[in-house]
Amino acid sequence: MTLTKLLTGAAMALGLATTAMAEDKTKVGFVYVGPIGDGGWTHEHDKGRLAVEAEFGDKVETVYVESVAEGPDSERVMTQMALDGADLIFTTSFGYMDPTINVAKKFPNVKFEHATGYKQAENVATYSARFYEGRAIQGHIAGSMTESNIIGYIGSYPIPEVIRGINSAFIHARKVNPDVQFKIVWAYTWFDPAKEADAAKVLIEQGADVVLQHTDSTAPQAAAQEAGNVITFGQASDMAQYGPKPRVSSIIDDWAPYYIARTKAVMDGTWTTGNTWDGIGAGMVGIGEISDAVPAEVKAEALALKASLADGSYHAFTGPLNKQDGTPFLAEGDTADDGTLAGMNFYVEGIEGDIPQ
Amino acid sequence: MDLSAINPVLFVAGFLVAATPLIFAAIGELVVEKSGTLNLGVEGMMITGAICGFATAVETGSPILGFAAAALGGALLSLLFAFLTQITLANQVASGLALTLFGLGLSALLGQSYVGIKPPRLNDINFGPLADIPVIGPILLTHDIILYLGIALVAATWAVLKFTRAGLILRAVGESHDAAHALGYKVVRIRTLAIMFGGACAGIGGAYISLIRVPQWTEGMTAGVGWIALALVVFASWKPWRLLLGAYLFGGITQLQLNLQGAGVAIPVEYLAMSPYLITIIVLVILSRDKSAAPACLGRTFHASS
Repeated sequence: MTLTKLLTGAAMALGLATTAMAEDKTKVGFVYVGPIGDGGWTHEHDKGRLAVEAEFGDKVETVYVESVAEGPDSERVMTQMALDGADLIFTTSFGYMDPTINVAKKFPNVKFEHATGYKQAENVATYSARFYEGRAIQGHIAGSMTESNIIGYIGSYPIPEVIRGINSAFIHARKVNPDVQFKIVWAYTWFDPAKEADAAKVLIEQGADVVLQHTDSTAPQAAAQEAGNVITFGQASDMAQYGPKPRVSSIIDDWAPYYIARTKAVMDGTWTTGNTWDGIGAGMVGIGEISDAVPAEVKAEALALKASLADGSYHAFTGPLNKQDGTPFLAEGDTADDGTLAGMNFYVEGIEGDIPQ
Repeated sequence: MDLSAINPVLFVAGFLVAATPLIFAAIGELVVEKSGTLNLGVEGMMITGAICGFATAVETGSPILGFAAAALGGALLSLLFAFLTQITLANQVASGLALTLFGLGLSALLGQSYVGIKPPRLNDINFGPLADIPVIGPILLTHDIILYLGIALVAATWAVLKFTRAGLILRAVGESHDAAHALGYKVVRIRTLAIMFGGACAGIGGAYISLIRVPQWTEGMTAGVGWIALALVVFASWKPWRLLLGAYLFGGITQLQLNLQGAGVAIPVEYLAMSPYLITIIVLVILSRDKSAAPACLGRTFHASS
């Protein structure tokens, strides 16, 4: 035990020393779950990083490590970043939650920001975007355009963020098309193009003519393009290269303003922990251009839905809604509170299948 | 649950495609290991092949040229490994890992301008009226030439290793490089050729992912297939036909579990997701009860002075 303590102490001293030395330049670290060229999730986080560099010029130094496995390996990467004198570290995947908390305990003077998680600490803030607002729009377009009434959904891991998206898309698809069914396949990966493409192909073979994805690469888009008469939506990034069809619209994550604001806060010494969760209104979630493959009236409805989500006049989870087992979830006119949404672990009524536990 | 949603013909055709990259990478590595060298750089050679093949196919419009370039790219990269381990006698494990890291980085660099491009399609072979035979036709006779080449390569590797003088020499080098050297065989040259063969196969396997299975270029798109190929060689006890079986089992169960999930079968998804790994390992471990061992000189450094 004494050895461990000694080592931790030494590591901390080293961390503090390097931090002190690098005081003139703010060092910001980013931990990515996929490669920066994935064309999706990590690509957008890296755009945020570049925006930070562009904003502050030589007053900041940014470092990143890509394709970091969730779990113990990420702890090693974060520790190394902190030891190398990072003042602020963004950890950009759900599975980095506990590692971030663990490392943050060892480096009380380093600020951490964890994306899409729910555990905070004195020096760990969390941030996420209300992707489910974008999913509502996707659901609307998907439900309106499907002819087979089967919508395929590639899930990554059964975590609240993904389940929220499935529910939101389903609710709005059913609203316009009561016959719609969701087929959900869990890929158990954020990034594996071959597997994502296989999942998309399987869904298409089983009759889906719309494929929604919650994984990070553009592979499902390529599979849909290959298959022909299938529509998809860009995930995390615009994926415009697959437009106007199969990609008919997209959810775009815009992290740049947040990353700039938080870096500024560290520079000014005003950084405090917190939980940021912004949606379409604040600009953190963007909706990529709805292509001409979408009928004009559907496009108009989708844009109206977007406007109402943006100004807050409509909430994507508005009652009456039941849970999958038929028990009431939201009464007529009620909206889901953030706590419920953050921990969402159930399907809404109408979705078939069980959530893997 | 709706099992009728699964089309068995599309399912089998799908898993033949899914297993092909694995077959190429694994059969190449099998030959490398038979010669007594352990190359952990399969993933790096695959991803390099994936981008070399993709870029060449896009530039020339010919997928076949793409596959040729992929083989060349993989073989060239593997020469680096051959130089490190055969000439400078560096540690094989470290060199192989370095090769993977280098290949991932190199491919990301080469591929920067190829993101979001659709590659030319490699047409399926036209078997004429044969392809109209019910069930068998659509399953077996609607594929591209590379898929058949993979199966032929397994057969050829098996035949060469078992029946030919060249195969005997290769195995001799892998079992006892000192004895082979004493007999006058050029150990380093033979191993270098084997390593290049492994690199070329891995390259084709990678290109199969970027040109046919996905088809697109994305950084890091092989996502671990190279490591599975390495494991497959060991679990198949360095035997080509078992390797083919293992690859089809793995590919088949991977596809099956996606199909079952889509059809809403009431098996917990976690079990479905782990089943390809589990079943492939169990079957191959049971098959390898005959205690077939690794090549005796696997991973050992050779120098003529020793």
